[in-house]
Amino acid sequence: MNLFDYVRPASVAEAIAAASEPGAAYLAAGTNLLDLMKGGMSRPMRLVDLSRLPGLDRIDHLPDGSVRIGALVRNADLAHDAAFARSYPAIAEALLSGASPQLRNAATVGGNLLQRTRCAYFYDVASACNKRQPGAGCDARGGENRLHAVLGWSEACIATHPSDFCVPLVALDAVVEIEGSSGRREMALEALHRLPGDTPHRESALAPGDLIVALRLPSEARAFAPHARYLKLRERTSYAFALVSAAAAFHIEDGAIGAARLALGGVAAKPWRARAAEAVLAGARPGDEVFRRAAEAALADARPSGDNAFKIELARRVVRRALALAAAGTPARVPALPASPFSSAPGAIHGV
Amino acid sequence: MASEIRLVPSSGHVRHGSNIGQPLTRRDGILKVTGAARYAADNSPAGLLYAVLAVSSIARGRVTFLDVPAAKRHPSVVEVMTPAHKPPLAQDPDAKTNPFMFRLDLLQSDQVRYAHQPIAVVIAETLEAATEGAALLAPHYETLPARVGLDDGESFVPPAVGVGSPAVEAHGRVEPALARASRRIEATYETPAQYHNPMEPHAIVAVWEGDTLSIDTPSQGLIMARDRIAGLFGIAPAKIHIRSPFLGGGFGSKGLISGPQILGIMAARLVGRPVKLVLRREQMYGPVGHRAPTRQTLRLGLDGAGKLTAIDHHVKTASSSFDDFFEPAAGVSHTLYASPAIATSYDAVRLDTGTPLFMRAPGEAPGSIALESAIDEAAAACGMDPLAFRLKNYTETEPMSGKPFSSKALRECYAQGAERFGWSRRPRAPRQMRDERGFLVGWGLGTATFPALMFEAEARAVLRSDGSGAMEIGAHDMGQGAWTALAQIAADGLGLELERVEFRSGTSDLPDGGIAGGSAHTATAGMAIHNAGAAVIAKLAALAMGDERSPLFGAGNAGVVARGGRLFRRDDEERSESYADILVRAGLGEIDARGKGATDPAAQSAYAMHAHGAVFAEVKIDPDLCQMRVTRVVGAFAAGRIINPQLVRSQLLGGMVWGVSFALQEQAVIDARSGRTLNANLAEYHVPVNADVPSLEALTVEEHDPHVNALGIKGVGEIGITGSAAAVANAVWHATGIRVRRFPIRIEDLMIAD
Repeated sequence: MNLFDYVRPASVAEAIAAASEPGAAYLAAGTNLLDLMKGGMSRPMRLVDLSRLPGLDRIDHLPDGSVRIGALVRNADLAHDAAFARSYPAIAEALLSGASPQLRNAATVGGNLLQRTRCAYFYDVASACNKRQPGAGCDARGGENRLHAVLGWSEACIATHPSDFCVPLVALDAVVEIEGSSGRREMALEALHRLPGDTPHRESALAPGDLIVALRLPSEARAFAPHARYLKLRERTSYAFALVSAAAAFHIEDGAIGAARLALGGVAAKPWRARAAEAVLAGARPGDEVFRRAAEAALADARPSGDNAFKIELARRVVRRALALAAAGTPARVPALPASPFSSAPGAIHGV
Repeated sequence: MASEIRLVPSSGHVRHGSNIGQPLTRRDGILKVTGAARYAADNSPAGLLYAVLAVSSIARGRVTFLDVPAAKRHPSVVEVMTPAHKPPLAQDPDAKTNPFMFRLDLLQSDQVRYAHQPIAVVIAETLEAATEGAALLAPHYETLPARVGLDDGESFVPPAVGVGSPAVEAHGRVEPALARASRRIEATYETPAQYHNPMEPHAIVAVWEGDTLSIDTPSQGLIMARDRIAGLFGIAPAKIHIRSPFLGGGFGSKGLISGPQILGIMAARLVGRPVKLVLRREQMYGPVGHRAPTRQTLRLGLDGAGKLTAIDHHVKTASSSFDDFFEPAAGVSHTLYASPAIATSYDAVRLDTGTPLFMRAPGEAPGSIALESAIDEAAAACGMDPLAFRLKNYTETEPMSGKPFSSKALRECYAQGAERFGWSRRPRAPRQMRDERGFLVGWGLGTATFPALMFEAEARAVLRSDGSGAMEIGAHDMGQGAWTALAQIAADGLGLELERVEFRSGTSDLPDGGIAGGSAHTATAGMAIHNAGAAVIAKLAALAMGDERSPLFGAGNAGVVARGGRLFRRDDEERSESYADILVRAGLGEIDARGKGATDPAAQSAYAMHAHGAVFAEVKIDPDLCQMRVTRVVGAFAAGRIINPQLVRSQLLGGMVWGVSFALQEQAVIDARSGRTLNANLAEYHVPVNADVPSLEALTVEEHDPHVNALGIKGVGEIGITGSAAAVANAVWHATGIRVRRFPIRIEDLMIAD
């Protein structure tokens, strides 16, 4: 890898100052960045190591019912925080379906939000990639693209965002707290990731030096706990990115859906909130017919970006199943095969 | 030095009778789990430099520019080795003088013949500097279109397949038999390019002192590697010392020394200092071999009673543009089923890839999934249970050669596997079974087969006057357990307790242990050890029987038996003497003898020799989402004498996992435009994780083979893959009614319109 400066700031303010120069990158666990540096995809001039910053590794259950998660909390620690998993079971399930135990033990919450796409052409420095090199072109178009986006893609980029964690977070209106050179601000997670448009290299709404310090889930999100699931289709049972995933959550009152939340993963450059589908579900009695209409609504704008038309139909089926699983109720504990269709309770897919 | 390796049993060794047959835990297990086992790249001699390959990003063309000054300017970079600046070789890397000599890319020109071909080597004081130096070379190319698909070139009939097997073979006349058949099955199956992916990448630490060369590198064939290096550098083999005590897997990719390993030796010569070169994972997708893709067409003819009347197996495959290795996938059709007419044939294309090479069960793995899928299709077409169909077409002689089998307990494998699995409850029609949660359930069967091969090896046995013994052989432990299984054979060969035998192995200065390949290592090295032991015992017995002071004096034709460090008169076990007493009295510190292991040509010409097995798999499939899960695999295998049941079980389970991988996961995804593999990493080149194989059982079926070799060993390293892949594929069909003929089977292959 290239030569770079390494700095270890003592405070958030120092970190922001150190990272405000061009070519600087924040380093947390490095589970993604170090791979990118070893492969030459990313060549930062300066690494600002956040891993020893104090105070960013706490999970605070606040009096108003919300939870605030420090950006340096490890994925595994968050998933295994009993109070968190009780309140936000779909998020715990998504976390435990991601990567491998070793990676989950290292990877941080903040880093997960900002992980880069797994598009093979982004990782192959000899390929054209507008995300890596603006204006270079996109070799994923016309290449091996069966895993690529079916929603929100552009001629410039058809990559997907790989995070599992972000999918239920977006569904549950998570908020990120950002420190920057102009002070602290908040942003809905849904607004953090950008669709590619003509500028796929601009992946987030963060400005240079901006540092995500925490993630917050509003107190309302806890009300979904009895009916919240994450479902992930993949090509092996662990340590594989999603072909398609979905997070589904309901309030169910008197047998009818009060509010519904739905987001998809593996289908777009950002975790994809499906508000049109939520509108279809609101007020309806849960059942296959309305789930079918919701799935149609969620994928209404989908189109293949290559050899991946199957993902559109697969996404509809994943949405229907995720809704059915959420309607059936959250299991008492995170299943042994988190987010796998094979983790469903007896009878859950009866009649399919 | 092999003597530095301190092997200890990780569990108490309670011996009942002979050492052979005991389920000992591996003696190197504690070393491995504590990190004390030293693999090649763990060595760092004083003055070490690090070498990193720069590899081509194009698949065909030539390198027109390398920014060598930029690399050399990078701090700590010492040297850049290029086609224009490299030590001379005594032999053209493109020369071939024997069938096991493959062309190597050693910077002999600016030509590029595949993606990830080495085009330069950067040598630096640190790994990081060498890595960056390689990136700074920023090559320019003259690029020609890449040819990487089976339809990307002109087809030809290869001169031979595998190692010297004919590309066209026939027994009986297939076309008339097919024309007369009352039922015909014709189907085409495709298997992708696959890469070995041992956990340990190819690595070398090379130290020159004058014209002597000391090397740490993983090798499945120490003496072949030594001799290849000697030829390339023009030095005597005796000047080369290779240490390869442990391999982190090989699967055939370390059978022959590879180009990058030689480049490490060249780099050390260029700079005059020790050099370490370790391949990056993606660099293993090119210069160290792979399994070529195949497209196999099976045509089966059947009579009205469900008996095969014709098997025609045609394979299309590929080699590189510059060398020959053709995956011998049709070989399985020569041996498995009775048929009056069998024909096998090949055609091939030349692609801009590295040369394909032996990869675990070369030929048998892809051939088995095609043949065993077709057999399953034939059974279904006849309305027969797949096991009943296989039994109907069971053969007691090898159909292609007409030879009897040296032993064949396949019926027992079918019976025991079926019983254990519960096969008799299988409904014949597909899509009939659901579990309590509504998942589709399917059961599939595949027959396993692999030839019982032997190569050549030699061992040296020593008996010492302190009552201990030693066995020396340059054998190879790839993880299969040679340190343990071969030591068990050595202990029995010497008539000593295992703890009294110093087993020396894994270096090139020891007698030639042959190749750890073809599932033949235990048989070949084991027979050399057995014969060396017998030879040294015969020497010892001669000493005793000729000495009137010995209680064994005059045993003569009655002879003696060796056991527990003593010789016993065969006809009177009351009369015995310890090895130590015999040697001390003779005034000898030690005696030694050598023994060889090799095939018996007479037995080879009289018998067909194969291991067999039957693999039963259960898959569950979500009927809507089409996610597949292999929930249960039972394999029953007959492979002659089992030296160590625990190690054999591990080998068989590993093979079965590979079969699951072959059916559902494994493939190199290659960009057709650039010729580069896009998933050249362990995150995206999928093989099963533990959660993918929740229940695996390997049964061994008793089989005594008096012909394969004196020990009766057939080998178990590769057979587990065969049968297993097709068992899974056939189970997918049985669960869904959908026959997928392109592997690996994907979710979208099972998504039928809603």
